Amino acid sequence: MDKHILLRHRDIDGIDKLDIYRDVGGFATFEKVVKTMLPQDVIMEIKNSGLRGRGGAGFPTGVKWSFLPNNIWPHYVVANADESEPGTFKDREIMESNPFQFLEGLMLACFAVQAETGYIYLRGEFWELAASLNQKIKELEAAHLLGDNIFGSNYSLHIHTHLGAGAYICGEETALLESIEGKLGQPRVRPPFPAIAGLFAKPTVINNVETLTNVPIIMQNGADWHRTLGTEQSPGVKIFCLSGCIKQPGNYELPLGVTYRELIYTHGGGILGDHAIKAVMSAGDSSDVVVADDHTLDTPLAYETCMERLHAPLGSASVIIVDESVNLAWLVDKTVNFFKHESCGKCTPCREGTFWMNRLTHHIMQGEAISSDIDKLRTVAVHMQGRCLCALGEFSTMAVVSAVDRFRPDFEKYVRS
Amino acid sequence: MAERISLLIDNQTVSVPIGTLVVDAAKLVGIDIPVFCHHPKMEPVGMCRLCLVEIGRPVRDRTSGELVKDETGAVKVAFSGKLETSCTTQVSEGMVVKTTTPEVSEARNSMLEFLLTSHPLDCPICDKGGECPLQNLTLRYGPGISQFPYDDKKHLAKELPLGELIILDRERCIQCGRCVRFQHEIVDDPVLQFRARGRSMEIQTNSDPGFDSIFSGNTTDVCPVGALTTVDFRFGARPWELRQVASICTQCPVGCNITINLRREVKSGGGATIKRIMPRQNEQVNEIWICDKGRLGHHFVESERRLTQPLIRKDGELVPASWEEAYQLVEDQLRAENTRLVTLAGGRLANEDLFNLFQLTDSKRGKPVLYSQMAGGDLTAQIGLSAGSNLGEMGKGSVILVIASDLHQEAPIWWLRVKQAVKRGATLIVAGARPTRLEKYATHVLRYKYGEEAAVLAAFSHSSDVNNENRAAVEALSAAEDGVIFYGSDGLGLTGSEHLAKACARLIVDHKFYGRKNNGLIAVWDAANTQGAWDMGFRPDRNLKGTLREADLLLVAAADPAGDDPAFAKAVQEADFVVVFELFMTATAQLADVVFPVLAQPEREGSFTSGERRAQRFNRVIERRDGPRPDYEISGHIARLMGLNLEEKSPVLVMNQIASKVPAYSEVSYTTMSAVSPQWPIIGRADMYYGGTSYDNKEGLGVSLPSAADRGEELSLGALIFTDSPAETSAGLRLIPVTALYDRGQMLQDTIQLALRLAPQALLMHPVTAAVYGVQDGEMVQVSTSQWEMEYSILVNDSLPEDVALVTRSNGLPVQAPIFVQIQRQRKGEGD
Repeated sequence: MDKHILLRHRDIDGIDKLDIYRDVGGFATFEKVVKTMLPQDVIMEIKNSGLRGRGGAGFPTGVKWSFLPNNIWPHYVVANADESEPGTFKDREIMESNPFQFLEGLMLACFAVQAETGYIYLRGEFWELAASLNQKIKELEAAHLLGDNIFGSNYSLHIHTHLGAGAYICGEETALLESIEGKLGQPRVRPPFPAIAGLFAKPTVINNVETLTNVPIIMQNGADWHRTLGTEQSPGVKIFCLSGCIKQPGNYELPLGVTYRELIYTHGGGILGDHAIKAVMSAGDSSDVVVADDHTLDTPLAYETCMERLHAPLGSASVIIVDESVNLAWLVDKTVNFFKHESCGKCTPCREGTFWMNRLTHHIMQGEAISSDIDKLRTVAVHMQGRCLCALGEFSTMAVVSAVDRFRPDFEKYVRS
Repeated sequence: MAERISLLIDNQTVSVPIGTLVVDAAKLVGIDIPVFCHHPKMEPVGMCRLCLVEIGRPVRDRTSGELVKDETGAVKVAFSGKLETSCTTQVSEGMVVKTTTPEVSEARNSMLEFLLTSHPLDCPICDKGGECPLQNLTLRYGPGISQFPYDDKKHLAKELPLGELIILDRERCIQCGRCVRFQHEIVDDPVLQFRARGRSMEIQTNSDPGFDSIFSGNTTDVCPVGALTTVDFRFGARPWELRQVASICTQCPVGCNITINLRREVKSGGGATIKRIMPRQNEQVNEIWICDKGRLGHHFVESERRLTQPLIRKDGELVPASWEEAYQLVEDQLRAENTRLVTLAGGRLANEDLFNLFQLTDSKRGKPVLYSQMAGGDLTAQIGLSAGSNLGEMGKGSVILVIASDLHQEAPIWWLRVKQAVKRGATLIVAGARPTRLEKYATHVLRYKYGEEAAVLAAFSHSSDVNNENRAAVEALSAAEDGVIFYGSDGLGLTGSEHLAKACARLIVDHKFYGRKNNGLIAVWDAANTQGAWDMGFRPDRNLKGTLREADLLLVAAADPAGDDPAFAKAVQEADFVVVFELFMTATAQLADVVFPVLAQPEREGSFTSGERRAQRFNRVIERRDGPRPDYEISGHIARLMGLNLEEKSPVLVMNQIASKVPAYSEVSYTTMSAVSPQWPIIGRADMYYGGTSYDNKEGLGVSLPSAADRGEELSLGALIFTDSPAETSAGLRLIPVTALYDRGQMLQDTIQLALRLAPQALLMHPVTAAVYGVQDGEMVQVSTSQWEMEYSILVNDSLPEDVALVTRSNGLPVQAPIFVQIQRQRKGEGD
């Protein structure tokens, strides 16, 4: 692609400065929207654009916004900047280098649902980013782009950052809300959904940073323009976080529908050491381990095609490349250890299941296991599936079951005969 | 009536109100879905995942909204493919629930297996073993073998005190959060919380002192494993060794239904020992909760201090005597010509004791005196809370006025129930001279100065006098359909209480808050059965000192005037012949000519009438001790010696006489008090999820007494005029008596467990007042009146009213009613 839509700092120097961002048209859209558009028209435009949530679930953004009831006030918008999935590092680049486009997107979302308060929930390790965003928010307030009666309208908007305390689970939207409210970060039971009873029990929209960063460009160029990019069911561009055994890891902004093969070999420069590729994970640790055969490599990376062809969700498009030098038992031990460490402990299967799986993978890796322990590992994972309170527990089983099923010899290698 | 929903659970059709959870709907038709985190008194959280079931919903056509039918014409039902938690899912029309499919069974099995991986399985040494929901559900639904290597289990110290009352065993905890939610949602003492995450998540207390809540013991009941135990019961007995006997708590006028657990022990000579007190479900009284005073305050029963045989005075000394000797002495006194008999009775006696004592006294034209600083029992008998009322039903449209009572300390469960009524939409008006914990939930707070209790209510009837601050409260009272007024004794003596009771009665009458369900007047009495004492005919005496002094024969039962006030001690000494019925060698007993040792409440049968005027029976829990006898028997026996037709053999027979003589009790018998009806939530022993030997109530819900207004009788309330208490003027500092839950009264002295929680022995005063008297926080001072002089300390608190000092009743200083005292600093260096 010639020009970036999201990672525009790669094309325009200094776009993280407010004056430069405004020079290239920044906040003109926001001004036009606030002055001339009705909130419901903004929602309709985003609905028509087909924009889907970039946090992983791929839920249509405009539809999500339209769920907020207009008889319960105030409304809130929360930007999910918790970005803690292993192998995911796109939101960080956006916020570091193209922060105003993200902020403008958040502000447009707030206007669309008539929220007068927006929050940016950042993972605890992003404290430097929080300081920088606070500075940017101050600049916006000084420029009267944020504050009371923006552009002389009766619309007022204030944005606050909120730092987490270093828990993966707070990327889960209801745990995130609990955390903002000052409570222990644990997911809530749904229903009620955040759109009805979210932050402080009020209707709340929670969007990923990347999702929001798409909004100003869509509102500027229109829904039809957005649909010219990507696939029919997955319009637009996506930032693919490429990591693992790859020559050129990093963020790649590409239209949805690009194949694994193009992503890995054209953009990523191929496998490290020119090894043979063994497997891919499309959503960080929360992924099935997919055998990297031709069928996989020719699969377009879009929400619908990944499900149809690989039975694995695209998720956050944090693509981790696994080559032939990697033993999948080792990899599973790492992912399980991560989920055990990050399980919030609220529901039984996740709290106990991740702990148990971790003991089993530990014993396997230490050579203390027997072959039936591999079956036990799989059984524990299966017993968790479909029974956890939130998606974290579910995610923790995906690599386990798929790796045991597809790469069992990797496990057998460690167990006692 | 709420809209109803029909659904199918395991092929049974169920109809329940909209909003019902699937797990509760199933329970209604006898289908048990196992749970740990779910508790019918708390908000659903869906944590333990044990209650997973298959749920199908009727399919609707997306465009027409019509139900889709299959070829047979039946409505098509779609199952989501995932199991759902029945504790968080509300019923919906046409829902189909399956709780017995192989997938559901497998899910239950694996959830239990997950829980057991982290559980120490130390059932043989666990207090919960034998009544443990985890044990029960594992046996019924769980895996038979343990696949998880023991070495991989997490091990933690077995004993982690959350305070000096409750011990946590973190290994056993299954993180269901019932205790945390109980403290947050039910009693609003958010002193427990989870910390950390995953397998490291554990319960901690964040208060100082640890687990600072007067309801803390309830968490050991709701805990579905042996993670939380009380110091009182920990390692005390195995549940299967225990016998359960129904009783009624003696500690306050709420009348909580309790179960006393007993075990035969060598230390009791092979007799039964009280091992623990647990709540017994009565949704109209205490639901399934009790306070820690009720739970731990039983130790007086087995006290070494108990009197065991009759004593008579010989040559100036009290010496042991036979019952016949003692009875003979009393009979001789009673038979003397023109004996002025005074009978002073306390509110901890049972109705049967009080009835016999009253009849005996009455037959001699003696004076029955209630030992109480509160008035208005005649008013509550007429316009008190109506029969069939239930605080648990009050909500929208109701107003509750609480005046002169720190309900949290005086009657904890009422505090809880009033708070919950507010949650359901009731309007709460709290009037007090000082801030209390109830005010947090109040819609309107009325502040007055001590002594202006009646005056603040007078303004309700003369709305022109109302200041703007109170106008909203007045309007709320007028607008309400139902109204209940609680009045307590905060800062009041008998005179003040009389004025206040009348003022409250006036409001009740003006607003027609009587003679209807969920309406009426409630006195927050100073003892468990003060209402019963009024009903049996006892009345407090403004001139108690004079009455005592002039008695030729003074009978004192369950009262210790001499111990409470040196002036009373003097008066008792002046009485000619003193007979005392007592548990302990009180100061009054020491002055007696005859002392009858009596049985403690759990050692005998009887009945109490609660402040809500519910007559409730209690059983004989422990075998009678050799020696002491029940009060009704002693008084009944004396009466029979005197030729009266009173019963001494059984309180059941006494109650029959009460029923024939006291109109409110005409329907009361030991049979009617023992009647039970189904209660919701279903939480009894047959149920395996709510734990313990507690809750199940097979022994009676009591009889809610009709007021005179309920019975359609003409009311005789007297002149309900508002009069201010006579302005007391005297030199010195005015001491205001208030009530604390944990005081130094006779009944708590043996409960050493609560020693650290007793109310401070101090004059509580505002810093400005302290400055006026030149005293400092923590300082010891000399407090004196013309009658007595004592050392006491000072505690400064800026939330208190100025110009007075508060002092806890039964806590060291002889202050029953507001009095004036001198305080003097102790000179520094003195005595060095």
